Amino acid sequence: MTNLVLEARGLVKRYGRVTALDHADFDLRAGEILAVIGDNGAGKSTLIKALTGAIHPDAGEILLDGAPVTFRSPIEARAAGIETVYQNLALSPALSIADNMFLGREIRASGFMGRVFKALDRAAMQQEARKALSRLGLSTIQNINQPVETLSGGQRQGVAIARAAAFGRHVVIMDEPTAALGVKESRRVLDLIQDVRKNGLPVVLISHNMPHVFEIADRIHIHRLGRRHAVVKPSDISMSDAVAIMTGALPAPAQAA
Amino acid sequence: MAQNESRDASPTTAESAVKQGAAGASDAVAQFAEEAPSLVKRLQHLLHNHPTAIPGIVLLISILFFSAVVGDRFLKPFNFSLIVQQVMIIGIVGIAQTLVILTAGIDLSVGAIMVLSSMVMGKLAIDYGLPAPLAISVGLMVGAACGAVNGFLVTRLRLPPFIVTLGTWNIFFALNLWYSASETIRAQDIETNAPLLIFFGQAIDIYGARLTYGSIAMVLMVAMCWYALNRTAWGRHVHAVGDDPEAARLAGIRTDRVLMSVYITAGVICAVAAWALIGRIGSASPQAGQTANLDAITAVVIGGTSLFGGRGSIVGTLLGALIVGVFRNGLALSGVNVLWQEFAVGVLIIVAVAIDQWLRRASQ
Repeated sequence: MTNLVLEARGLVKRYGRVTALDHADFDLRAGEILAVIGDNGAGKSTLIKALTGAIHPDAGEILLDGAPVTFRSPIEARAAGIETVYQNLALSPALSIADNMFLGREIRASGFMGRVFKALDRAAMQQEARKALSRLGLSTIQNINQPVETLSGGQRQGVAIARAAAFGRHVVIMDEPTAALGVKESRRVLDLIQDVRKNGLPVVLISHNMPHVFEIADRIHIHRLGRRHAVVKPSDISMSDAVAIMTGALPAPAQAA
Repeated sequence: MAQNESRDASPTTAESAVKQGAAGASDAVAQFAEEAPSLVKRLQHLLHNHPTAIPGIVLLISILFFSAVVGDRFLKPFNFSLIVQQVMIIGIVGIAQTLVILTAGIDLSVGAIMVLSSMVMGKLAIDYGLPAPLAISVGLMVGAACGAVNGFLVTRLRLPPFIVTLGTWNIFFALNLWYSASETIRAQDIETNAPLLIFFGQAIDIYGARLTYGSIAMVLMVAMCWYALNRTAWGRHVHAVGDDPEAARLAGIRTDRVLMSVYITAGVICAVAAWALIGRIGSASPQAGQTANLDAITAVVIGGTSLFGGRGSIVGTLLGALIVGVFRNGLALSGVNVLWQEFAVGVLIIVAVAIDQWLRRASQ
């Protein structure tokens, strides 16, 4: 049995009469890219929200490195080492790249200035931000102090991924990272995701883009009707069969990958 | 943004600011070389990155203009110190307004908070005979409490700031009339019994210029708020909350706390303005400072702070207040009818917002 980093057992979430999660399970292994696919309304975003603390499941448990955890907010999930790259990126456009990377966890200057006047250690933050970007080969972004709004969509995605990779100790979750990007920029972001894995962090990738999923995922979690319907390996299955399983046209394969 | 404001940094941070400015400058050159955009586009980007440049230039041009038109009477140091005195209240209230507008809110109650606090200070010190420092402290607390009410309604009840402060404007003003019984506290009573209340009206003479402590206080408060907004995590969070509250929340910022702190701080600053107001007019009047509300918003907007939140600067607000002051003073000295002062201020507001919209498009 491979080492499981993040798992969920029997998650249930109801909104009135709608059951968004119906005893859903989830496994993420160490060092893998796990894609989560599912039709609209299958409950995959609810699953992700439960894993990142954005919602509280009505039942079931979540285990991080084998230990049960409860997240009351995304901040708690983040503190536990689960970083999320949201579809809207959660970047503040008018702030600089460095400011954005440290938004909500700024480094305070040591000594008197930091203690009494709460001064920030801007030099340290800029240096760290630059390091995080170049670790992912994003050194083309030259000015760490330029506002994020001056960057292209792909570069913004790069900043958000670099932030998640720099602070994520256990897991990086990415929600539709290529949805708003052109072909070239998507390519770049896919490379980035693989770089994150290479640096040792497992990645959960939520995507509608089958070619992208099949290109970089190690395993594919197919979500259907509020629960894990199947887990397949991209090498074992064709793209159209995966879509067929997702929509219910094909039954789930007998054994999980 | 950081680069052009580095000259305003306090001496202790000047060193890092200079380093910072140098690094930013060299990178900015490389960035422009990449795309070789048109002159207009480059100007747009330059001004976008240096939001205080426009009010700075406008202030300079208007001073030069009125120097040419009016001449000596305008150029006297005394006249300049008069302009600063005239904009002091608007400048201080404008600081509070800038903080709120940076969070994409607006505070219509700043003037009412100010006048209510000033009546509390005056009445406690004169009618109830409390020691002046204590009366002033209570006044500051009243300001904080008013801000807290605004903050509570905005963050807990999730009401739009415009509506909340439109309501509290009337409420605070009514409380002010009730508490003061619509009676002015006379200047001579304050002078004899609580001279500390008019401290900000006192001045030192420098070459014929009459520099009031209130003017100095305004500049010091601008410096303090600049530091808080640009050199502390709190300041970054204020910008982020105004820029994109959802993104700020997801980044782990407790947006409600930030908003609450902003409204309370704004209330306290308005109470400081109340103290300065007593110094400026000599007495405490429940009808004073009626125009401070809209004048402060005018200063903020002309200063280049965006009403949509997230971008702007406290230095710009000071410049914006000075621009309005220079226009009013210059036009008055030119012997132009008062109505044209209002006309000019109106034009300035519209031009300022138009420029803001144009700059926002620079990012898209």
